Amino acid sequence: MMFLLARRLVQTAFILLGVAAITFLLLYALPADPARMIAGRSATAQTVANIRHELGLDQPLPVQFWTYLRGIVEGDLGRSYAQKTDVGTLIAARLPATLVLMAAGIFVEVLLGVFFGVFAALSRGGTADRIVMMMSFVGVSAPQFVAALLLLYVFAVTLGWFPMSGFGTFAHVVLPAATLGILGAGWYARMVRSAMIDVLNQDYVRTARAKGLSSARIVLRHALPNALLPIIAMIGIDIGQFMGGVVVVEAVYGWPGIGQLAWQAIQQVDIPIIMGVTLVSALAIVLGNLVADIIAPLVDPRIRAR
Amino acid sequence: MFKRWLRNTTVAAALAIAPLPAFAQDAPKQGGDIVITYKDDIATLDPAIGYDWVNWSMIKSLYSRLMDYTPGTPDLVPSLAESFEVAPDGLTYTFKLRKGVKFSNGRAVVAADVKYSIERAVNPKTQGPGAGFFGAIKGFDALSGGTSQTLDGIEAPDDATVVFHLSRPDATFLHVLAINFASVVPKEAVEAAGGDFGKNPVGSGTFVLKEWTIGQRLVFARNPDYFVEKMPHVDTFTVEVGQEPLVALLRLQKGEVDIAGDGIPPAKFLEIKNSPDGAQMIVDGEQLHTGYVTLNTKVKPFDDLKVRQAVNMAINKERITRILNGRATAANQVLPPLMPGYDKAYTGYGYDVAKAKALLAEAGLADGFETVLYSTNTDPQPRIAQAIQQDLAAIGVKAEVRALAQSNVIAAGGTEGEAPMIWSGGMAWIADFPDPSNFYGPILGCAGAVPGGWNWSWYCNKDLDARAVAADSMSDPAKAAERTAAWDKIFVDIMADAPWIPVTNERRVVAKSPRMGGEGNIYIDPTRVINYDAIFVKE
Amino acid sequence: MRVLKMMVRQPAALFGLFIVVLVMALAVAAPLIAPYSPDEQMFDGLTLEGAPMPPGGQFLLGTDTLGRDLFSRLLYGARTSLLIGLVANGIAVSIGLLIGILAGYLRGIFGNILMRFTDLMMAFPALLLAIVLAALLRPSLWIVAMVIALVNWVQVARIVYTETRGLVERDFILAERSLGAGHVRILFHHILPHLMPTAIVWGTLGIATTVLLEATLSFLGIGVQPPQPSWGNIIFESQSYFQAAPWLVFIPGAIILLTALSFNLVGDALRDILDPTQRGRG
Repeated sequence: MMFLLARRLVQTAFILLGVAAITFLLLYALPADPARMIAGRSATAQTVANIRHELGLDQPLPVQFWTYLRGIVEGDLGRSYAQKTDVGTLIAARLPATLVLMAAGIFVEVLLGVFFGVFAALSRGGTADRIVMMMSFVGVSAPQFVAALLLLYVFAVTLGWFPMSGFGTFAHVVLPAATLGILGAGWYARMVRSAMIDVLNQDYVRTARAKGLSSARIVLRHALPNALLPIIAMIGIDIGQFMGGVVVVEAVYGWPGIGQLAWQAIQQVDIPIIMGVTLVSALAIVLGNLVADIIAPLVDPRIRAR
Repeated sequence: MFKRWLRNTTVAAALAIAPLPAFAQDAPKQGGDIVITYKDDIATLDPAIGYDWVNWSMIKSLYSRLMDYTPGTPDLVPSLAESFEVAPDGLTYTFKLRKGVKFSNGRAVVAADVKYSIERAVNPKTQGPGAGFFGAIKGFDALSGGTSQTLDGIEAPDDATVVFHLSRPDATFLHVLAINFASVVPKEAVEAAGGDFGKNPVGSGTFVLKEWTIGQRLVFARNPDYFVEKMPHVDTFTVEVGQEPLVALLRLQKGEVDIAGDGIPPAKFLEIKNSPDGAQMIVDGEQLHTGYVTLNTKVKPFDDLKVRQAVNMAINKERITRILNGRATAANQVLPPLMPGYDKAYTGYGYDVAKAKALLAEAGLADGFETVLYSTNTDPQPRIAQAIQQDLAAIGVKAEVRALAQSNVIAAGGTEGEAPMIWSGGMAWIADFPDPSNFYGPILGCAGAVPGGWNWSWYCNKDLDARAVAADSMSDPAKAAERTAAWDKIFVDIMADAPWIPVTNERRVVAKSPRMGGEGNIYIDPTRVINYDAIFVKE
Repeated sequence: MRVLKMMVRQPAALFGLFIVVLVMALAVAAPLIAPYSPDEQMFDGLTLEGAPMPPGGQFLLGTDTLGRDLFSRLLYGARTSLLIGLVANGIAVSIGLLIGILAGYLRGIFGNILMRFTDLMMAFPALLLAIVLAALLRPSLWIVAMVIALVNWVQVARIVYTETRGLVERDFILAERSLGAGHVRILFHHILPHLMPTAIVWGTLGIATTVLLEATLSFLGIGVQPPQPSWGNIIFESQSYFQAAPWLVFIPGAIILLTALSFNLVGDALRDILDPTQRGRG
């Protein structure tokens, strides 16, 4: 197990290196010159050339990449072109907000998913089951930005129950988390339902039922624990999904997270920030998948056997 | 000497300024805490680096400069300077500093600080965008070329005196000393911040930065030691960032926000304008802005004057102003109406589809042609590009719209032979200072028609360049009117060559809560967007 | 036929199938149905103040912010959105199949490199990558489709890889191999047919994802170029009007939802029918 983990960690390092290399190449090919973006409208050619030199953009590509990698090893993600600050500082300042949003979103997902999954499993084949299954697809089929605008329009603008924008209090997190959570809950509901049905079909559960054990006890004692590991594995995957996918939700709700930072940076061709956010997101995705992969053998004995 | 010059410009400006909508004439009150929102994070508050329209006015308020403007006007006044003299040849400027001015770290401002600050703005190590403005100062080439660390042309003979020696007369030099890049900063604070001065600003302006939570808010508090009595008016202003303009307006209507900095999206504009409080909440004023389409004179068929004139006549500018909900007026020349040198008598190319078609036929393109129209990709720019596209289709010109991120459009514009037409919306020229020369060099002169330049028409007229240099060396204030007339003539002659389609002069629209007082022109200040020094709370 | 019969028995799948067919039919017949040209900016399509016209009256669903008929734009937008959905997802599934099969069948260094590359692509934040690519490549309809395909193939490759590895060790393949069958024969005659159900299921489910991603890119202003309508850029151009003219945002929004939902329902039903072992699983 330890050996396996060590191997995975080495793999992770290589994957991150690959992500850095590909992103670096892509950004280098962007048809926009960061030096000119910084220099602005009135700058002379001399000023632009000076800025390009100061940023090291006149160096050959491999040299630039090597400088960047050396920086990363020393924990330095470079300096933002536009904001003239350490990218690490900027990301660190915004990461907590994204983590809060992510945690709240996952909480809503799991809560709704478990509730409706159990509900559907217990009435398997019935109308309630069908409605829940159908709704789970509605959730995952909804465009995030439309859902965000709709919730904003109904609960913040029209009803005024929640603040429209910002960060800080519990009320602020409700709508963004609900947007992420409602849309993702469908997957959890389907998974919980199938895990529950597996258990409910087991002989010992049928026996327990025949003995007159209440449904609630069966669910809590036998069925839910069975669904726990797949849920954790799925959360691992979700962490990665959310890291790169919060751009829209953060934009609509004015949430000061890294998604907003990335979107601003893309528009300004602020390459160090785009690189930094991509790397941090990739790290989250890889770690999330690692969690899922470690959990998976515990769930499915067939995989364990391999 | 200065006085006479000042009077001349004031007259010119007063003639040009259109009557502003009438606001209640309240005397400014002291005190109050207000909230302002913006969508994007504040990039930096370093005066040598900051160059976007959001941080521009904040930097103005954090620092002071030798020269400044009377709030709400384009009128130059001495600020950190108490008085100044210009030598008759226009090559030497001598400033006496105001006494007792302190940086917010407690140290007195001395002449050496002025010298240091401008050298810092020019030094390539600073990576500042404004270096080029100081090109007339002696020693500029040595410093920007890296062979010197100082500017020979600035002297500080004593703590209260600064002398500038120019290598050529520059009629805009006093304006140059009023732009942000000339802001005075204390060397020790810049060095202590270790490259993060933009996040830890120290100046001698009306406000000091009290708090900065990245991605969320900045709090600016009154500078108690500011050298002008009863300035500024509000105690603090808090800038909240990351707010969508639409959401900001909804919050404004609820009273949570005092000024929506990004302006009003079209949809809300009508709603708020037609609401009971509308008149008090909307500030709608002219700014030094022209929206235009560049016609690349190095790309076929726009190398043909007739074609450029034809497309000039094809655009229905009235319809475009309607798409902008009437927040703009149709433009017919390069300069905006507020700018000295604007030619009221000039009528330009009227909307005339038949004549446009005839001109195309004369150019041998009776069946029209295909071309590409670039635009930025933020609303409403792609919509306006589509309106222009439809107008062009009416004379047989098939234009493909390419709506791209701003940086990509700028890159395309600065690449020779790349972009036949660019709609300037979202990146249009707004003057750095209220002087017509600012609308020539970088965007219409030969100097800008180089790879990476901003002259996206690639229009280069050597004769006009020479006349522009001549006009800008008329630094004798007595010749101000003559100089303005010379510029007027230059811009009229440019339009004869039709390198642009001037489309609109957009007014700026700011939404403010009813409790905010003051004339419209301090919310849409010609030189600093929102004038944080002059705004005040009524109650 | 068997598949169709089984689908008809499930009300949800039947509903999905109906909508999918309907939307496709409307897209194909757009020129016949649309009352106006989708690009014509009509002078009476805007109020005097420049606001769009509400639904009802001369324009069935009202007009957009340039005075164009919304109904016509939605019809033509269906063409764009579905075309991108089909093309992008077709490419994604093809790439996924190819890489998944090769990696699963070849093993060895080559297979290993392919899988590590897939892992690498898995680690990219998909939306962020799509946004950077779209900004890089100057979007047109085909470029948007390519960007989406480049982001979406990874998942298919992973699944195909796992299934191929399972197949390779099955007795009938081993038997074929011992009889001296060539790689090409084994791949095309024995492995590929077994993967078809997976390809069909992902070919359907993936369209939902693709339509949503296209809408998101267009919503951010980096999708299909104007004036060509797509459901996403109709919303992009009107988002500032979402309060004053909610229909401009919520009608296209509902159509995107309904379409994605229908493809998901059909895909899910196909999965149940074609691969009974997966029935009921997430």
